[in-house]
Amino acid sequence: MIVYLLCFVLLLVGLYGVITKRDLIKIILSIGILGYAVNFLLILFAYRKDSVYPILAKGKEVAQMVDPLPQALVLTSIVIELGTTAMLVALAIKLFEKYQTFDITQIRRLKG
Amino acid sequence: MILSVIATTALLVLSLFSFISMKDETVTYSMSAWSLPYGIVLVQDALTSFILVMVSIISFTSLIFSIQYIRHLSMDWKYYSLFMLLVTGMNGVIITGDFFNLYVFMEIALFSAFALVAYGSRAEEFEAAFKYAVMGSVSSFLILAGIAVTYSATSTLTMAKVAEVLPSIDQKVIFWIGALFMAGFVLKAAAMPFHAWLPDAHSSAPAPISSMLSGVLIKALGIYVMIRIFYNVFNAPEIFTEIFLVLGTISIIIGVFLAIGQWDMKRLLAYHSISQIGYILLGMGIATPLGILGAVFHLFNHAIFKSLLFYNAGSVEMALGTRDLRKMGNLMKTLPTTSQTSLIASLSISGIPPFNGFISKLIIIIAALQAGLPWYAVFAIIGSLLTLASFMKVQRYGFKGETTVESVENKVGWRMKTAMIILAVLCVATSLMIVPGIQEVTLDPVVKVIADKTEYIQLVLGGMNGN
Repeated sequence: MIVYLLCFVLLLVGLYGVITKRDLIKIILSIGILGYAVNFLLILFAYRKDSVYPILAKGKEVAQMVDPLPQALVLTSIVIELGTTAMLVALAIKLFEKYQTFDITQIRRLKG
Repeated sequence: MILSVIATTALLVLSLFSFISMKDETVTYSMSAWSLPYGIVLVQDALTSFILVMVSIISFTSLIFSIQYIRHLSMDWKYYSLFMLLVTGMNGVIITGDFFNLYVFMEIALFSAFALVAYGSRAEEFEAAFKYAVMGSVSSFLILAGIAVTYSATSTLTMAKVAEVLPSIDQKVIFWIGALFMAGFVLKAAAMPFHAWLPDAHSSAPAPISSMLSGVLIKALGIYVMIRIFYNVFNAPEIFTEIFLVLGTISIIIGVFLAIGQWDMKRLLAYHSISQIGYILLGMGIATPLGILGAVFHLFNHAIFKSLLFYNAGSVEMALGTRDLRKMGNLMKTLPTTSQTSLIASLSISGIPPFNGFISKLIIIIAALQAGLPWYAVFAIIGSLLTLASFMKVQRYGFKGETTVESVENKVGWRMKTAMIILAVLCVATSLMIVPGIQEVTLDPVVKVIADKTEYIQLVLGGMNGN
């Protein structure tokens, strides 16, 4: 149970960072934390107590394995997250070129 | 470029053909021949093909419009490949029957959307794209968390299977899943409290992309998936339709108020997208067959007239080099096609008969009255009047102003004109979809899919066993 709580705290840390930080890089890092929290949640749901890695060999019972499907999902979602982060960093670099700052309070030509 | 034109034309023809020929059958296809509990399934029913037709029409016209428009920006081939990725992602989201597959396709569509918003590589565009990317990733993670909870509660990711298992699990868990999905998809659909990214992203993108984003992306990724999940999988619990009603009404009123104050034409249109999304949500929230009919019809109509308005804004921007309504003037002489089609689209969005917007709004308002929700109907009418007011402003300053504009920087080519004329004709033609006889083959199967709610399980799983 405590692990789930910690996972939820991690998620909140990520959200807090996205909402309150002013630095572009810190926002990107917070999004990374948010992503880790969600991936961690998936892995936690797959966990079974006292069980082993999910490779079906001779003489092994299916009931004793952890659930392999969320692990496959997490692999996919990590790759997607990598793409997101790369995209965000690229945009941050371009923003720095245009505005000479990472501070989002100074990057606000769009309003209304 | 030629390849992508061929591809979108083929998609348009195929989707129209499947829409007309399918009626209310449901076709399923298991990917890689894995049978259902293990594999990923693609589902096509009337709702799917209806939304596919909408996406295809808009992507086809957008592409025609882009051919000339995008030439003054650099690097054609990158634009076209990103454009095709966007179309792929949206079609994938629409056609899939599996939660995680939906997430993956959604990310494909979002990535290309981020890149396309930043395509013009000006400072504002990067700013808007960054905002959009942050909001998009946060909502995607919320949706992924929702998918994780769904999987842990039901041990399956196929939508039909989830729908089958859901009634037997704890109500509280369903609310949790629903809340996570609601937060994520409402962010994607940009209903009112979650709208902040939309005006920036949609007004900064190149015009054909704005029309793709406003016209179909927020609907395919937001509204369509919400319909699928909350109606077909969750069986439309009262609490969620209430949320649709409230969010819809807030979006209608505040969106249109924010729109009236804008002088940037594309920004004004972007705020109207929020307001019109509100009408669709209101129709979905009423949850009677008539309300759903109005919502589905308005979904289609909004795609058409909002895209047309964005094309108009794009061609004005290209011809005059400005989007500020105060700097425009009387364009009737210099840009006749643009100003006339914009008149049609403005009348259509503000709900003047005989254009399509009038009919779908009328249906939604009547449905609200019938369902005993007179206040929501009143708000919808107020929203419609304010829409009319703000488009009077567009016409008054933008296209029929006092100063006649004599010279233009760039000419609007025949391809752009074709795209605008196609949509202007559709603005009038789609209002025929409500005529008895045509309604039975176009809109009724779609409404039936949504109103039957969890009948979806039988349609998908029954089809699987039959094969």
